[in-house]
Amino acid sequence: MSHGPSHAPRQPAPGGGPWTGRPVPRVEDDRLLRGNGRYVDDVALPGAAEAAFLRSPHAHARIRSVDVTAALAAPGVVAVWTGADVAHLPAMLNKEELRTPPGLAELLDPYVAITPMPLLATDRVLYVGQPVAVVLAENRYLAEDALELVDVRYAPLPVLVDPDRALAEDAPLLHDELRDNTAVAVATKVGDPDAAFASAHAVVSEEFQAHRYVASPIETRAVSAQVDPYSGELTVWSNTQTPHRVREATAHTLGLDPERVRVIATDVGGGFGQKGILYVEEMLVPYAARVLGRPVLWREDRNENLTASSHAREQIHRIELAADAQGHLLAVRDRITVNFGAYNMTGLVVPYNSVCHLLGPYRVPHVDIDVVGVLTNTTFATPYRGAGRPETVFAMERAMDRLAAELGIEPAELRARNLVGPDEMPYATGLVDRSGKPQSYDSGDFPELLRRAVAKADLEGVRARQREGARDGRLVGIGFAMYIEATGLGPFETARIDIAPSGRVKLAIGAPSQGQGHRTSMAQIAADAIGVPFDAVDVVGGDTSATPFGVGTIASRALVNAGNATHRAGRLVREKIIEAAARRLGVPADGLDLREGVIRSKAAEGPALTLAELAGRAPLPGTPEPTDGRHGTELSETVHFRPPGFAVSSGAHAAVVEVDEHTGETEILHYVAVHDAGVIVNPMIAEGQVTGGIAQGIGGALYEEMIYGPDGQPRTGTYMDYLVPTSSEIPDLDLDEIHSPSPMNDLGVKGLGEGGAIAPQAVLANAVEDALRPFGVVVRRGPLSPSRVRDLLRAAGRPTAAR
Amino acid sequence: MTTDLATPDPAAATRAAAPPLAEPSGWHEIRLTVDGASVTAQVESRLLLSDFLRDRLGLTGTHVGCEHGVCGACTVLLDGEPARSCLTLAVQCEGAELRTVEGLAPGDAPLTPVQRAFHECHGMQCGFCTPGFVMTATALTEQPQRPDAADVADALSGHLCRCTGYRNIRRAVCQALDERFAGGPAGRGE
Repeated sequence: MSHGPSHAPRQPAPGGGPWTGRPVPRVEDDRLLRGNGRYVDDVALPGAAEAAFLRSPHAHARIRSVDVTAALAAPGVVAVWTGADVAHLPAMLNKEELRTPPGLAELLDPYVAITPMPLLATDRVLYVGQPVAVVLAENRYLAEDALELVDVRYAPLPVLVDPDRALAEDAPLLHDELRDNTAVAVATKVGDPDAAFASAHAVVSEEFQAHRYVASPIETRAVSAQVDPYSGELTVWSNTQTPHRVREATAHTLGLDPERVRVIATDVGGGFGQKGILYVEEMLVPYAARVLGRPVLWREDRNENLTASSHAREQIHRIELAADAQGHLLAVRDRITVNFGAYNMTGLVVPYNSVCHLLGPYRVPHVDIDVVGVLTNTTFATPYRGAGRPETVFAMERAMDRLAAELGIEPAELRARNLVGPDEMPYATGLVDRSGKPQSYDSGDFPELLRRAVAKADLEGVRARQREGARDGRLVGIGFAMYIEATGLGPFETARIDIAPSGRVKLAIGAPSQGQGHRTSMAQIAADAIGVPFDAVDVVGGDTSATPFGVGTIASRALVNAGNATHRAGRLVREKIIEAAARRLGVPADGLDLREGVIRSKAAEGPALTLAELAGRAPLPGTPEPTDGRHGTELSETVHFRPPGFAVSSGAHAAVVEVDEHTGETEILHYVAVHDAGVIVNPMIAEGQVTGGIAQGIGGALYEEMIYGPDGQPRTGTYMDYLVPTSSEIPDLDLDEIHSPSPMNDLGVKGLGEGGAIAPQAVLANAVEDALRPFGVVVRRGPLSPSRVRDLLRAAGRPTAAR
Repeated sequence: MTTDLATPDPAAATRAAAPPLAEPSGWHEIRLTVDGASVTAQVESRLLLSDFLRDRLGLTGTHVGCEHGVCGACTVLLDGEPARSCLTLAVQCEGAELRTVEGLAPGDAPLTPVQRAFHECHGMQCGFCTPGFVMTATALTEQPQRPDAADVADALSGHLCRCTGYRNIRRAVCQALDERFAGGPAGRGE
């Protein structure tokens, strides 16, 4: 078994206290292990009606008629609504994602088509799975019975699945108000790429396709809602990653004051981006609770999750690299096509992430990238762990290997020759980042990442083995891939700290957890910032009533934003505590220290005061009585942290694989990941995040694919067809890390929730192609399932076992 | 007897027994043991065991991830054997002895070695798949002899986890087996 990084701190200690940097065991676990989790479907709402959605069986059709008479008469049915019944609701989902940042608009003038998704389809359906009607019944069994009695007549229309086809002049329009099926378009240039290509020693030109796969959290989506008959307030339980955004959108749709809506995301069974956007079901369930005057619950089933919750990853890259004879990159050109599915849900987020992460850790003087997002009759695609980066890294890192083959240079060496050096930090790429500012890598040591990956993967040993030749038709290959990831997306996150009369610290943050362990890591940060024991801190995340503002846990941003907000709030509360104690004790504040929850003289003489003694006596002696309506002197602080720019994480992965020439099966012999996410708060949790991300990447690289037929019918709608890897498919990983603290925030932290998932597709494709190099195979898309590998071998003229 | 939760309120059972609406699949009375407590209930023919546990008995520790028997999140022990509660009908459990995650360490009782190992090895993140893994691992530790590595791998491959990448789950199960079979045959759990 391989071992992860040592847990001994080898890094600057954030906050300077005893808790950060340590693998503190999670406070979340005990409750979850006893079966006391509180996921949406665990919240008992006596008398709740249950919702079930009727979904389109057609990829593209006109709705001729809907008859709900029989469904309404079915046992236990409370209501049946169609598009016409809810067309008056002003739903506008995912406004923040659809907004183009001003800097980006000014510099690049991108095109963004807004295609509002109806809460329920009215005249047309645009993908299989689109909600057409909702049934509310006494329970889910009866609701699903009644779904079969809703009589919808459809007139099928021509179907577009292939994004290239959808851009053809004669393609049918998905949205009548648009000029074509373009959802977004943006282009960017640095230097003089045409001249660089014209003068290059070598040019490689390839088409690579990142295939469609999905987040697939084990807990499907769920929403419930209840109007409190006493207060009239609407409470929504949603397993969302962005509760405040759900609050704003729900209030808008239902015409309520946002402060009258409380959204709670307590335990969430994995999100990975799929729960980071807003969906129509999320609006309709609270609406139903208000109209029916009783609680309403909806829980998605797995088939719905696979086919109708957001998809991801499908991109085509027509990429060209220009290099000199030594392999130094002169220019990169890429024409990117992103399959958006039927609606533009998140605008430039994924496409522009692909643009501004294409160059990765490499120095490229001349750049020419354009990206087009295309609307098709497939389920809408939105960010999924990595959000445009795994796709673009797949293209770039595959192209680097093709260039290495063209020039006869060892792929790892080609990478080494092109890396930005640590002495060049902060490094400006010449591109614009996704917030509209000049793109800058804040810190990092890319050559060290690669050196470690090469050494750990034993490149020389693998090459020696390859020279010995294949054994029993099993071919060894090695692949590398590197990435950078701009993390810590703004605009802000909120932390509120209150010292309770008991002396306990109450920390509320805007960013909820979907398994990342915020209750532990944020408590570590708060404990050090204030000077209290770790177990004196209680953390609430994911309840809009606990913080006035918040964004959420998406885009590898929670630790950077909520962590630094927590740190700052903690430092401010610490100052207040010491000042209050100084007044109480009648000593100067600068003579006092607060450690482990006890305030005492720095001289280690004189009286000591516990936090409980200080906070438990109100009003504090010497403290002014609160003036009317103001509470400025309490032991509490609310801080909004607005990051000044991105904290850029980075990594180098390597894989050694063995491909069975006869069966097409790929076995991972050794998987190495060296990552740099700056200062680490909890190494155990960090390692878990990286490992989990890599496992999802391996799934996408080798097994998972959301497949559509040419008729727009999804063919992988169950876990029998959509292959999520099990323990047997995911090997132990060989992890290592370096620490380049981010200068962009007080803690020096960078995000790492997504990083693991970014490189595996590329690294495994590179490794498989390396293994099959004797046959001249080029890998242009995944997943590298046994059947696809055998297809590649057959195309290369190799006999393989019968299908 | 374990928790009050496992014993439904008799009045509630009576209310459930009088169908409020025309249930197309018919009703049956079942008697079984859940986490050591005797339970008698009226259930519809088509009621899934997972829904019976969660919605009727309030035992929400058993999670439903796919409803078609692949992900393993809903695993409970049915007469000592791991079973998919989403593929089992409540009526099939007449006379059965069921164990759920709530029954492992009721109330404030110390965590079992399996539960503790998942905590100590960070074998969980979001916690949604965890009860299923824990129940299967519990069954492994209750075998008379230490299961060999192939048996352990086989048992774990019946569960999906999307968060952890499995390594720490394998470590947790190995640790629990080491503890249970200390001094036994040295079969590795991974």
